[in-house]
Amino acid sequence: MSEAILTPIEKKPIGFTAGVLAAAGAFAGLFIGTAQGSGLLGIVVGAALMAALAFVAMQVLGEALEKPVRWGLIALGAVGGFLFGGAPGLVLGALFGWFFGWFIYWVGMGRYRAHLVPYLTPGQVLWHYTFRVICGAIFVFLITPILVVMPLSFNAEDFFTFTPEMLRFDPEGYSLKHYRDFLTNPEWTSAVKNSLLVAPVATLISVSLGTLAAIGLSQSHVPGKRAIMAILISPMIVPLIISATGMYFFYSKIGLVGTYWGIVLAHAVLGIPFVIITVTATLVGFDRSLTRAAANMGANPVTTFFKVQMPLILPGVISGGLFAFITSFDEVVVVLFIGSAELQTLPWQMFTGLREQISPTILAAATILVAISICLLTAVEILRRRSEKLRGMSPG
Amino acid sequence: MTDAATEPDKIAGPTPDNAVRAADKADSGPVLAADGTPLKRSLSRALRAQKMRALMLIAPLLIFVLVTFIAPIADMLFRSVENQIVRDTLPRTVEALVDYDAASAELPRDEVFEAAYYDVFYAAERKLHTRLGTRLNYEQTGASSLFRKSGRGLDDIGEVYQDQFEDLDENWDEARPWAELMGDPDWIAAQDAWDGNGTMPAFELRSGISEILPRTSESYSIFARFMQTEEGDSPLEEEPWTVVHTALYQDLAEGDVAGYTGPRADMLQAADALVASPDFETISFRDGFEEIDEDWVQPEIWQTIKTYSPAYTSGYFLNSIDMQKTPEGPALRDEDERIYGLLFQRTMFMSLVITFSCILLGYPVAYLLSNLPMRTANLLMILVLLPFWTSLLVRTSAWKVMLQQQGVINDVLVWLGMVADDGRLVMINNQFGTIVAMTHILLPFMILPMYSVMSTIPPSYVRAAKSLGATNWTTFWRVYFPQSVPGIGAGSILVFILSIGYYITPEIVGGTSGIFISNRIAYHISSSLNWGLAAALGTILLVVVLLLYWAYDRIVGIDNVKLGG
Repeated sequence: MSEAILTPIEKKPIGFTAGVLAAAGAFAGLFIGTAQGSGLLGIVVGAALMAALAFVAMQVLGEALEKPVRWGLIALGAVGGFLFGGAPGLVLGALFGWFFGWFIYWVGMGRYRAHLVPYLTPGQVLWHYTFRVICGAIFVFLITPILVVMPLSFNAEDFFTFTPEMLRFDPEGYSLKHYRDFLTNPEWTSAVKNSLLVAPVATLISVSLGTLAAIGLSQSHVPGKRAIMAILISPMIVPLIISATGMYFFYSKIGLVGTYWGIVLAHAVLGIPFVIITVTATLVGFDRSLTRAAANMGANPVTTFFKVQMPLILPGVISGGLFAFITSFDEVVVVLFIGSAELQTLPWQMFTGLREQISPTILAAATILVAISICLLTAVEILRRRSEKLRGMSPG
Repeated sequence: MTDAATEPDKIAGPTPDNAVRAADKADSGPVLAADGTPLKRSLSRALRAQKMRALMLIAPLLIFVLVTFIAPIADMLFRSVENQIVRDTLPRTVEALVDYDAASAELPRDEVFEAAYYDVFYAAERKLHTRLGTRLNYEQTGASSLFRKSGRGLDDIGEVYQDQFEDLDENWDEARPWAELMGDPDWIAAQDAWDGNGTMPAFELRSGISEILPRTSESYSIFARFMQTEEGDSPLEEEPWTVVHTALYQDLAEGDVAGYTGPRADMLQAADALVASPDFETISFRDGFEEIDEDWVQPEIWQTIKTYSPAYTSGYFLNSIDMQKTPEGPALRDEDERIYGLLFQRTMFMSLVITFSCILLGYPVAYLLSNLPMRTANLLMILVLLPFWTSLLVRTSAWKVMLQQQGVINDVLVWLGMVADDGRLVMINNQFGTIVAMTHILLPFMILPMYSVMSTIPPSYVRAAKSLGATNWTTFWRVYFPQSVPGIGAGSILVFILSIGYYITPEIVGGTSGIFISNRIAYHISSSLNWGLAAALGTILLVVVLLLYWAYDRIVGIDNVKLGG
């Protein structure tokens, strides 16, 4: 399906356009209808309205008036929605208007074939777009829960759902009080502080040990490489509940339960697989003759490591470190088992908050965490590209 | 023309040429390196150095992981079979029960009751009897309260003798006379001189006393050492436990102290005469136990003690597969007590459902991503990676917000009029909630491996199949799908491994019907405190996961795990 093939676009017969639009209108009408009380009426009205609109737009007004017609539909939808359902209806109605304005011309002018190869049968075209709609739905499934949390965190009430004020876009319905609570309540601030005390130290341990080991593992002729690798990756594979159970038993024997260092060590070992995996992946493309050249010119192994090898594998090391950091920052099971009341981390606080459902402050915390993870995701993506550029691969 | 010194043939010593020539001369000898050593040895030395260097780099991490991770896991495995508590707390009873046939449904011999009297008494003084009771309560309900009661009640047996000895002579209830009777004179002097600082001089039995009064000596030594080490009190000032009086009665009833001439001889001989007299009141150990609780004269408790007396037990494992140890050997529990089989089944079933829904949802997305132009695919990839990078708790709380009865989905459905306001759907705290939330959480782990496999499938294969006349479906099913199977396999095993051990999400959205085996493990660790059972359940789960891990390693290779696309 290359872009070079141009499929001629032509105006479709009005019967086709009106039919498709009527079906779409019936579908939309079903929802609006049930919301207003009568599903059947909604279907009939929706189908008739859309077929009529399609006829008017295609046959009476024609292609030349496309822009005004589409704006008109948006306005119409907005007004209609406002009459039916107030402020939220206005937004929804405008969206409906925008969609159907686009949809009428997309179907009516045959634009939907523009990017497809000319020999596809109508059935294949239909499947092509059905498939995309399915995929779109899956993407919505993936992303909606995260998006829903964000507006809810600005809720003025202590509810976990949208209040009528919020749906009316009433400024009264929104407030920053959960954020204020998050930033001032000692329970949350000390949890954040604990998390920030644990995560960097754990990351430092796993990155420094993990990078060394990854360099060792990437050399040829390592005896028992597979077994060593299996052991080093195992913290990621073994279920957290089992790791936590074992650590609880063992750490209580050596007096580490409930201590800062107990949590740091546990988090460090949980982060190690991520460092190993990312750094080993970076080392795959590493040119060994560079270190030999450095040695040849009189650099000792330490200088070679810091001046030649390290700068080249640094992106991998940093992204491994970010993974290790987020593992520690997000880890709750082990903390629940080997932590103590004074060492409550942010995930612990969120977990108990969720279990007891005390206040939506948790949603504010969640929103902040999403923002942090977006930053981290961007950082890792940039690093990955940089690393591939450094190693002469084409960045994907 | 040539300078003799640089003439190759004239140089003596190790040069490559000379080495080659030497090798040629030797004809069938080994190939030599520049310094004259055989090339093979030189190479292997270089290799060994390289290996050592690599191992030195790996060693710190390996040791770190072994200590902080593998050792705890090994400790957990050990705990799942460890059962020293019965043997440590009731050593005499366990020994006396050696020839007791647990299947006989009879009461054990009187010696067992005697041994149990001493064991439980000492355990109660050390406050260990409740721990043992808790342990045995896992196997036999009621054992915990039985032991707690007995810890208090066993004094009654000793008091029978103590009172009579005391009536005879006040000194029998005094600390000093007992110490003089039992203790070494040197020790008494040292203990008297002890000023309260530093460690007390350790109690020593007087020589010869243990032949005359064997039980009393043992019992008094245990008392004296306990006072010295645990309580920090001087045995010279503490009157002995009632168990010592019981031991004295037993010794006097059996042995003869007429020839005894040491300190307090008259006191001891008077007691001996009292014991020999017909109106001396005695109580058998069995009756004493019966008075405390009827359960002691039922065979069940003795069977349980006998069954769990070995230092290592398969009992926890049997428990975790709904079986129990009985005198006749392992047997299934009653129908209504079986919970773990069901829980394992449910964990397996729900993990499979989650894996399949991930395949179902992940396959189209991975297909779309790998067939779109790079730029668009990267943009859409963000939608996959953002959930992957978002905190697990954020996603779980999001699902809690979405699914609950006053939640977003129910609100939307009510607003659309699809469900009535009083008929809101129950989508949380059940299996449905767990499956939906975990499918969402684990979906990126399915999409990413699938995507990396699918983007290596050359599009020309599909085109070739189509140009040869295959229909769309045939092309997909016979050409594309078989090549994408490795991706499905990798993703499925990963998702299955992750889901089978999940704890947080089922705990929050699972209610009671949607929980996994992990939640039960956590319950045993933190609430019921049956750590052995938790360890056994964990071990079974670990074995399942390691088998899958091994399979994953064989199919995909652990070093091929990719993170973040």
